[in-house]
Amino acid sequence: MRILYFAWVRERAGAAEETVSPPAGLTTVGQLADWLATRSPGHAAAFADRRRLRVAINQEQARFDDPVGPGDEVAFFPPMTGG
Amino acid sequence: MAVRIQAADFDAGAEIAALTAGRDDIGAVVSFTGLVRGGEVSAMTLEHYPGMTERALEQIEAEANRRWPLKASLVVHRVGRLEPGANIVLVLTASEGRHAAFEAASFLMDYLKTDAPFWKSEERADGSTSWVDAREADDSAKTRWES
Repeated sequence: MRILYFAWVRERAGAAEETVSPPAGLTTVGQLADWLATRSPGHAAAFADRRRLRVAINQEQARFDDPVGPGDEVAFFPPMTGG
Repeated sequence: MAVRIQAADFDAGAEIAALTAGRDDIGAVVSFTGLVRGGEVSAMTLEHYPGMTERALEQIEAEANRRWPLKASLVVHRVGRLEPGANIVLVLTASEGRHAAFEAASFLMDYLKTDAPFWKSEERADGSTSWVDAREADDSAKTRWES
């Protein structure tokens, strides 16, 4: 599974991108976030306040209770500030 | 309909001329340009999510074209490091009459601010940097189109 991080989430996680193999039985974005948070103290900081995070699955905005699978590209980032 | 993400500057006048060239069905063009404000900020760096950005902007533009009878539209958004006074974003909308063009341009900007994956980091004169927080005012600006 390909994971992408942007803005301060990327800075805290210490990586822009990583390929991971989550354990079997992990089915939602929320469960994925909980598991990613255990990878390092930086990851824990990145995922500490889920209300400040947004997520996209395969480049479409998604929610933490949406399902994810092994072939998905999942991105975590702060609320967008374009324009 | 077109969207472009680029590091390079744009020329709003040239873009308007290109949008209307050879057309006699356009009666109104509205142009919005967003620029980097100075003051405490010495520079701004825009990060984005390549792929999703284009896709999100295309969806927002398609929605504007569903809601208003546009003859043409263009969104250009810059990325990378930009200094005060620099252009950030250009929205052009063209229609037969002014109302559709004005409203569609406003709609595009409101959605672009909250639904396109761009993030701004600000630099200050003392060298410190910080990520710009999303503004509640931007969220409420968007909700006026949802009724």
